[in-house]
Amino acid sequence: MRKSLLARIPTALLLLAATLLLSSCGWSLWDSPMTTVRPKSGFGRMTNEIFLLISWWTLGIGLAVEAVLLWVCFRYREKPGRPIPKQVHGHTALEVSWTIAFAVILLIFAIPTIPVIFKTQEAPAATALRVDVGGRQWWWEFKYPDFKVVTANELHIPAGQMVAFSLHAPDVIHSFWMPQLGGKRDVVPGRVNRIVLEPDGPGEYPGQCAEYCGVSHANMRFRVVVHTKADFEKWVADQQKPPVQPTDPLAQKGQELFAQSACVGCHTIAGVSGGVLGPNLTHFASRKTMGANLMANTPANVAKWIENPGHMKPGVLMPDLGMRGEQTTALAAYLLSLK
Amino acid sequence: MAAEHAAAVHDPNIGCTGLDHRKMGMWAFLGSECMFFGSLIGTYLAYKGKSINGPGPHEILNIPLTSVSAFVLLMSSLLMVLALAAVQRNDMKWGKIWLFMTAVLGAGFVGFQIYEFTHFVHSGLTLQTNLFGSTFFVLTGFHGAHVTGGVIWLLAMWVLAVRGKLGPQDSLKVEICGLYWHFVDIVWIVIFALIYLIP
Amino acid sequence: MATHAAYMAGTKMSAGSVIWSWITTVDHKRIGLLYGASAFFFFLVGGIEALIMRLQLAQPDNTLVSAQRFNELFTMHGTTMVFLAIMPMSAAFFNYLIPLMIGARDVAFPRLNALSYWVFFSGALLLHLSFVAGTVPDGGWFGYANLTSNQFSPTHSIDFWMLGLQVLGISSLMAGFNFIVTIINMRAPGMTLMRMPLFVWMSFVVQFLVVLAFPAITVALILLMFDRFFGTLFYAPAAGADPLLWQHLFWIFGHPEVYILILPAMGIVSEVLPTFSRKPLFGAPVVIYSGIMIGFLGFGVWSHHMFSVGMGPVADAAFSISTMLIAVPTGVKILNWIGTLWGGRIRFSTALYFSLGFIAMFTLGGLSGVMHASPPVDLQQTDSYFIVAHFHYVLFGGSIFGLFSGVYYWWPKMFGRLLDERLGMVHFWLMMIGFNVTFFPMHFLGLIGMPRRIYTYAPDLGWNFWNLVATIGAFVIVLSFLAFIWNVIKTTRSGARAPADPWDGRTLEWTIPSPPPVYNFAVEPTVHDRDDFWIQKYGDGHGTPPRKPVPPAHVDPASIHMPPPSYWPILLAAAFFVTASGALVSIYQVILGGFLTLYCMIRFMLEYHHQTDVGPAAGGHH
Repeated sequence: MRKSLLARIPTALLLLAATLLLSSCGWSLWDSPMTTVRPKSGFGRMTNEIFLLISWWTLGIGLAVEAVLLWVCFRYREKPGRPIPKQVHGHTALEVSWTIAFAVILLIFAIPTIPVIFKTQEAPAATALRVDVGGRQWWWEFKYPDFKVVTANELHIPAGQMVAFSLHAPDVIHSFWMPQLGGKRDVVPGRVNRIVLEPDGPGEYPGQCAEYCGVSHANMRFRVVVHTKADFEKWVADQQKPPVQPTDPLAQKGQELFAQSACVGCHTIAGVSGGVLGPNLTHFASRKTMGANLMANTPANVAKWIENPGHMKPGVLMPDLGMRGEQTTALAAYLLSLK
Repeated sequence: MAAEHAAAVHDPNIGCTGLDHRKMGMWAFLGSECMFFGSLIGTYLAYKGKSINGPGPHEILNIPLTSVSAFVLLMSSLLMVLALAAVQRNDMKWGKIWLFMTAVLGAGFVGFQIYEFTHFVHSGLTLQTNLFGSTFFVLTGFHGAHVTGGVIWLLAMWVLAVRGKLGPQDSLKVEICGLYWHFVDIVWIVIFALIYLIP
Repeated sequence: MATHAAYMAGTKMSAGSVIWSWITTVDHKRIGLLYGASAFFFFLVGGIEALIMRLQLAQPDNTLVSAQRFNELFTMHGTTMVFLAIMPMSAAFFNYLIPLMIGARDVAFPRLNALSYWVFFSGALLLHLSFVAGTVPDGGWFGYANLTSNQFSPTHSIDFWMLGLQVLGISSLMAGFNFIVTIINMRAPGMTLMRMPLFVWMSFVVQFLVVLAFPAITVALILLMFDRFFGTLFYAPAAGADPLLWQHLFWIFGHPEVYILILPAMGIVSEVLPTFSRKPLFGAPVVIYSGIMIGFLGFGVWSHHMFSVGMGPVADAAFSISTMLIAVPTGVKILNWIGTLWGGRIRFSTALYFSLGFIAMFTLGGLSGVMHASPPVDLQQTDSYFIVAHFHYVLFGGSIFGLFSGVYYWWPKMFGRLLDERLGMVHFWLMMIGFNVTFFPMHFLGLIGMPRRIYTYAPDLGWNFWNLVATIGAFVIVLSFLAFIWNVIKTTRSGARAPADPWDGRTLEWTIPSPPPVYNFAVEPTVHDRDDFWIQKYGDGHGTPPRKPVPPAHVDPASIHMPPPSYWPILLAAAFFVTASGALVSIYQVILGGFLTLYCMIRFMLEYHHQTDVGPAAGGHH
């Protein structure tokens, strides 16, 4: 009775293992928005190729080792009447062989790895687009020095051109990660790290901070928008324009309120304020999300944020300035007019 | 084998290698101390020349004075050797003198360090001034703390000797103290060279 | 000691004298049991922390716990599991078994051994007092600078973590010195190094790793302490410092630490497999040499934890190569273990199942580790759930499974009773299933971009399903623990009595009664071979016949001198605790504690200096 129940467990386990493994073959799993195995840049492809190489080998080795283990347990299980087995102490030739075999397999992984390490860290060409990335608790600043554009939390880059990211951290260590476009690079205070990559084609991808950086680390997200070259130039031109003057009376009230409040100490709206502690808001309404890709950029969300930033993003450095009701509606209307 | 076993049967501290457990334990401890000071020295070297403000080493270190204190510490190691030899040949009069003098020279070294530290603080170099201040004081401070610990150990042995409770049967304990003392001395030679002598 | 004799004879002692005998014990076996009980307790604590995290992550945008609370949970879960569960559980086995396996009566420094335990206890206490104070560590178990600076972590949370780890480090270091001397210097006649059991060998390598790696984290923590308490600039970027200094020092400790965590379990597996296959370990010398190589190479791979920080291609390449290199001695062991089973006569006990589980799970964990060894690949995997999957496979599937194998294997020796095999099987299979259901999906989550250390996630990223599955698996693990706890309770009262050699073992600990007398061996054994006991029973199959068992010599236990108990270890540990915790209270407490510590140290040393051996094992009091 006990034997048959327990004997069923290995079978159940094998079924479970098979289910887990086979479920990974489901197509939709690998096409998730933050997937690392559907690379959309040359950088991503180079590293994904090595990943696949190592994966197939390790999958094979893993299955082989587990299979041999299971077989050995079955074949050499104790049966009554068997004598004490031969006390074999080892087999030098066999041990040397499998050690060499292991080393060779690792060489197979090392050989493509080393050149790719160097290739992916080459200095960017002079024609590369420069983007300065500032990782701060808990948002991302993006500056385009060649275009004098400053924005936050939504990164726009052109397809088919090398983009050279310079990573700066004014406060603590963060990590800049756009999984579909390639691997991550840490953002370390006191040094400037670099990622260089060329996106394949237009698309929109989420990104996220990947180094624990304090209470709202999980909320330090961003959006990447890859444009065609023409669309990117249009986006740059739009960002370079001065901010739209509000025509709606509510938005005008909001502009007044903004200019008179402590908001100006932290935020920049070109021509209105010059604070640099928080995100640049000059073209706030051109972004689809807010709070570092935390929620949609809607009037209700903007108002809720202003009234209680700490509620949406624990620990956020933006204080509650005591704005309520009509004040926040006006401010939201103003900010959402800044296309 | 048999002789070792005879010894082992009689002295529970002698092990199957013929060595005393406690001496071996001290060597294991000194191995970890190598890594400890190695990490502190590595930190000093990593930050050498990286301070963004002064004063820097060339402005403030007094090499002639520190050379004297280094010599004092070196001499204390010599006296330690003499102390051990005296205890081993049951010459407790000189054993006490050399143990005490080793402690005095060690305390003298620490005295020099205290003088140097206070002088630096008055000259504008503190733990918080710059990277040189942080790394210098922590590295040499921990070394000084180790010397101080050794001085206390030596004085404790001296007190036991004065009370007639330390004799040639305890020479291994003196030897072990000596191992520690010489190690602390060697570490100073390395620190002195890296901080004071190499530009 | 009268109390110990009374305990061993089963005569009634008052509760007070029982407690006193445990507090003042210097017997390595009892110290081992103290470590084991503590480790198991903290394993449950860490497990509860994990369960709460899994409940929070079971659904996107969940609000079961706050961000702050979640960050505290993952910090304490990691710190607890590494320092308060796996390490002391390994220490329990080192303490109990090493003297038995080398034919000794105790360790080289019994009172230092007790001191190690009580200092461990006070470190664990200090760390958990943070819950009482309401400032629980929240910087991650790895505490990266400069998040841990006063500026970004203004509360005492990091201080509790920093001081707790320092205290725990001192405990481990002292134990390291003790076991190095014990293993080198207290082996029975004829036990050359190459004849030592594999568990002793792996533990030996571990002690060297401890002694050489812990100083690096000691320094890293000292630098942090000075920054936080005295305003130094070690991790202050504004002053030109490099936060990566912390990472280098931490991982110079941290990588050898993971070998400290796995080698004892590998040692256990290397004992269990031969016994239950009835064959010697295949290629024992090679397994020993690969353990030594891992010890050496383990100091040369640390920056593979830092592939994303921007060290430059040369450093990346160098550490990639050294990491792949270390995979060789680690990997071939698996084949040696399979080679042990091959051609054997395998008896399937719970202990063996856990060892088999170890091999199966460690293989998977090791293979995912090989993937991380390639920096380009690692740039996608690091700081994602793929890494979480990897290290849980090697630390849970590896270390924990190996440690449980040891628990079921040596339980009869330690307690004189066998654990129930049926319940053991239930424990094993529930743990195997629960573990895989929890952690295998994390490979997927990592590959589809889920970062580590996040308290919540958006619902539209495709992470929902596998997070839920992982949470369900965690509860299956809970069930497996209940099976184990029930097994212990049930067999303590009414389990079958264990003979000296219930498994037909191969090593010296099976030649003495279960549980062993306080002096372990009545007569010091003489050893002729590795697996000497087996050869004594069966011959070696190459011409050496079995030896007739020597009738036990009549030895008056009263004539065996064992070190007497002492209260200085616990007092010195308490004084040290006062000093360390004083850093959180006031300078006066630190100074007071310092003097108390110095006083206790001197009394501790003098106790030895003045000690005359006090009487028989069955009799005298100090």
